Amino acid sequence: MPAKVVVLGGGVGGTLVANLLAKELGRDGKVSVVDPTGMHHYQPGYLYVALGQANGRWLVRDERTLLRREVDLVIEQATKVDPEKGLVHLERGGTLEYDYLVFATGARLVPDQVPGLRQGSYEFYSLEGAQRLREALRRFRGGRLLVGIAGVPYKCPPAPVEFVFMVEEYLRRRGIRDRSEVTLLSPLNRAFTIESASKVIQPIMEQRGIKLVTFFNVEEVDPSAGTVSSLEGEKLEYDLLVLVPPHRGQQVVIDSGLGDASGWLPTDRFTLQVEGQDRIFAIGDATNLPISKSGSTAHFEAPVVASRIASLVRGTAPNENYGGRVMCFLETGNRKATVLRFDYEHPPAPPQPNLIWHSAKWLFNRLYWETVPQGRLPEKLPMPVPTGRSES
Amino acid sequence: MATVNIDRSIDARGMPCPGPLMSLIGAIREGEVGTVIEVLSSDEGSKTDIPAWVAKAGHELVEVVPEEGFTRFIVRKAR
Repeated sequence: MPAKVVVLGGGVGGTLVANLLAKELGRDGKVSVVDPTGMHHYQPGYLYVALGQANGRWLVRDERTLLRREVDLVIEQATKVDPEKGLVHLERGGTLEYDYLVFATGARLVPDQVPGLRQGSYEFYSLEGAQRLREALRRFRGGRLLVGIAGVPYKCPPAPVEFVFMVEEYLRRRGIRDRSEVTLLSPLNRAFTIESASKVIQPIMEQRGIKLVTFFNVEEVDPSAGTVSSLEGEKLEYDLLVLVPPHRGQQVVIDSGLGDASGWLPTDRFTLQVEGQDRIFAIGDATNLPISKSGSTAHFEAPVVASRIASLVRGTAPNENYGGRVMCFLETGNRKATVLRFDYEHPPAPPQPNLIWHSAKWLFNRLYWETVPQGRLPEKLPMPVPTGRSES
Repeated sequence: MATVNIDRSIDARGMPCPGPLMSLIGAIREGEVGTVIEVLSSDEGSKTDIPAWVAKAGHELVEVVPEEGFTRFIVRKAR
């Protein structure tokens, strides 16, 4: 009997882990992907949609076209996992048996956690949100543009910083920069979570006249007054407000009794096994690991989970561990970008932004569909080891 | 050792920045005024980040206790 592997979620991590496992196990395994929509979104592209640089069609593909032929695609919402029986319950009443299960369920946006956020702000963390923001930016005639983060953790930590740099450039191109004030609201006392990256980012913000308000943890938005308030007691007026909505883990995680209070899965940082579960793994945004929630993280985690499950199926000792590797581009506008490469042991030492990294991100955006989901990018490509000292 | 009663303790040892501060912020959001929260952090950055945030947010930093390999921060929610 082939081993039954069920992967919940058809995003970067789920698709890659399913393809790698199907290839590795051959007839020894039967791999199924369960996804509620069957459509795969390239989420880093939402940023470009918001700024009018890309249309939505480029960002969405049928998941079936990205999976190996031998992988089953089940277009259904998984509602509950029963680890005792090895069963996944589906919304329409069916069940799927598994020998091994992978949670690649990602994160969901919960805008209603912050009063007034849904009515009073825009976001670029969903395709619809990015399209709405694009229209709002087109109507914008200058004024106070505030960009902030309404909850930690959130996906793609560089994205709000990228957005302020790119929107500043957008306003200049439209000739309304001198009538506009661009401000980044950071929940921390610096522009970005990682100090070494903040040291690169903040001087550029200053040069470009982008204001930084630190320790601003969004508490409430008042759409009628046009104000946003922080937990720290500040209240700021805005003409256009862009907030990253709060994130939570998926309902299926909570309803299965496997997640923490926010729905993230307690996960072993090296083996990626869900704590207390021998046959359940988690990757990508779904975990509680203190690393970036990003496609890159899922991309580097997927081969580890595929290898460990393949070893378990074959009865050999799993020996692949995840070392915390993440690689993120960070656009700074003006056709420049930097790169953040780090792992559990090495904090990033980002280079000064340049055209090379901007071009690399551009190239990656275009090659994504033909490379990442299929495992055609070498995950173990030797990259220069970051040499930055350990900083908070 | 602190002489105040701790209402909630957060063991953020081993958590990298900004985990300990974000855990404290989460606990402040959830707690009532007067709640005393203890955060244990082994992250060096917490030594500056936590007192700076507590000052900006208008809460009270009751005590900072250096321990073996970590620091104990005791914070009272003041408003």
